[in-house]
Amino acid sequence: MSFKSAVITFPGSNCDRDALVYLKTLTSGEVLNIWHEENSLPNVDLVIVPGGFSFGDYLRSGAMASKSKIINDLINHSKKGGYILGICNGFQILSEIGLLKGALIQNNRLKFLGKNCFIKKKYQSDFNCLINKDQVLKIPVAHNEGNFYCDDSDLKYLHDNELIAFEYCEGKFSNSIANINGSIDNIAGITNKDKNILGMMPHPERAFQNFHSSQDGKLILESLLS
Amino acid sequence: MRIKILIRLKSQILEPQGKVIEKSLSNLGLKNLNNIRQGKLIELDIPDKLSKEERDELITSACKKLLVNEIIEEYEVL
Repeated sequence: MSFKSAVITFPGSNCDRDALVYLKTLTSGEVLNIWHEENSLPNVDLVIVPGGFSFGDYLRSGAMASKSKIINDLINHSKKGGYILGICNGFQILSEIGLLKGALIQNNRLKFLGKNCFIKKKYQSDFNCLINKDQVLKIPVAHNEGNFYCDDSDLKYLHDNELIAFEYCEGKFSNSIANINGSIDNIAGITNKDKNILGMMPHPERAFQNFHSSQDGKLILESLLS
Repeated sequence: MRIKILIRLKSQILEPQGKVIEKSLSNLGLKNLNNIRQGKLIELDIPDKLSKEERDELITSACKKLLVNEIIEEYEVL
């Protein structure tokens, strides 16, 4: 069965090309690039909402993009059970739409983080089913607002429904700390209740080619394809 | 009519910029300036012909639909 996918581009997206290459390299089906002003999405299995600085991060990261024309059909796609992967700014956009719980606020140490980080699976979903429990993945982050926040009742909801897909963890370097940005419970990525939407701050599309410093990002798309 | 909307992070949410501003002011010798938090102010014009109810409804709608993320922020119309 052919796996069709699409990447949405907003003004200021800068990881859309990487996401397209990620999909074209690892999937066999058609890969489409959709401009945010389109009214409808083609019939696809997966939509990637890519990283970057959509609309210059004006007002709040992801706020403007969450009101783009294409979003109505992205919501329809999610209601039909279609997969959505929001990476970095894409995660912020999905939170602003309300498809995912919580919000991403400024990193607690006020630094833009551009480096490899280490994550592991917390709860199982289609996005991480090929990853073993306690397997540590090395995947880069590049964000200023990656500090995941939600209130106590939403945090309980995320745990009770097993919606935390990835959490930051200590890596292979002795000086690496688990909580790089202040996120509650070290949260690096969450799913919605139906687990067909994943938002994550680390960039799997920057960790799959031989010339990348890690190929662990493959596991997320390969999990989805399995 | 000119409207001013003050938006700030909820008090329980860390506001790291305020902490840095506080430190810089202290470095300048300006002591006793504590618990600094930075917010944002949005100014806009609304036609005078609208009734108070219409104005309030429009502002509330703008805040809830775009200007404010109520998971992390709160607002007041000044």
